[in-house]
Amino acid sequence: MSILVLRPDSWNFPLILHVGGAMAMVGCLILAAGALALAARTTVPAEGASLTRFGFRTLLWAAIPTYLVMRIGAEWLYTKEFNGDNDPAWVGVGYITSDSGALLLIIGTILTGIASRRLGRDPERRTVLGRIGAALLALLLVSFTIAIWAMTTKPS
Amino acid sequence: MNWYHALLFVHVLAAFLAVAGVVMYLGFLTATGSGASAPGQAPLLRLAPLATGLWNVGGLGTIIFGVWLAINRPQYELWDAWVIAAIVLWVIASAAGGRVGVGYRALRRGTGAPASAAIHAAMAVAVALLLIDMIYKPGA
Repeated sequence: MSILVLRPDSWNFPLILHVGGAMAMVGCLILAAGALALAARTTVPAEGASLTRFGFRTLLWAAIPTYLVMRIGAEWLYTKEFNGDNDPAWVGVGYITSDSGALLLIIGTILTGIASRRLGRDPERRTVLGRIGAALLALLLVSFTIAIWAMTTKPS
Repeated sequence: MNWYHALLFVHVLAAFLAVAGVVMYLGFLTATGSGASAPGQAPLLRLAPLATGLWNVGGLGTIIFGVWLAINRPQYELWDAWVIAAIVLWVIASAAGGRVGVGYRALRRGTGAPASAAIHAAMAVAVALLLIDMIYKPGA
């Protein structure tokens, strides 16, 4: 006997916000981290400044807004699915990764913004802030991969 | 973690990789414009092989593990309307994404122009519709 398991229709729109926002955010993080990694490797100062600026703008104008869409969708779903008592472990993993991820994302954006500003004034200047920002983004991507695992396998 | 959850994880992870490829292509479009690459933005196109890799691996992963999931789950069939719609959308997205990838490879080598903004839009819309189809599962 097979049992058809479908979630209520009212969950679908917040789920689209949550999953779609998360997918777009991960793409933005990979794009920004890639641009910052290229900036760290290039030997042409003008290229480094341009790539760092692109990485910063991607974080500020794309990664943070998509994070907010993902997080709003998550909270909306949570209010429909759970009442705050006896949350399963995977919900906790989601909260930990998203809340700590927000902190890392904000710090990474600020550091990259400072690097972009400094390189905009003097492209010849050497700065490690962009590299630190790229490292934080790489850490974020690892933690979000764990979140994807938790959201799909739902360990109890 | 049972077999279904393992398949679902790999399927969803592949979808994340494919969408990352889409986002990177849209980033290239934003940075270079729909015509030739702007001065100072060409270095960003060094990420084009990464974007193409994400798109290809993610695209193949979503279709392979998605079909596997549809076969694995007794409540779904490959001929369900939403599964057929997903396969059609996947083909459209793949065709558009393939042209976008070829365009950036040509631009990077200096042998051609990138795909038009309309092709980028077709790819992005097809992927967005795929996500909507996966979640709403019309007809399921």
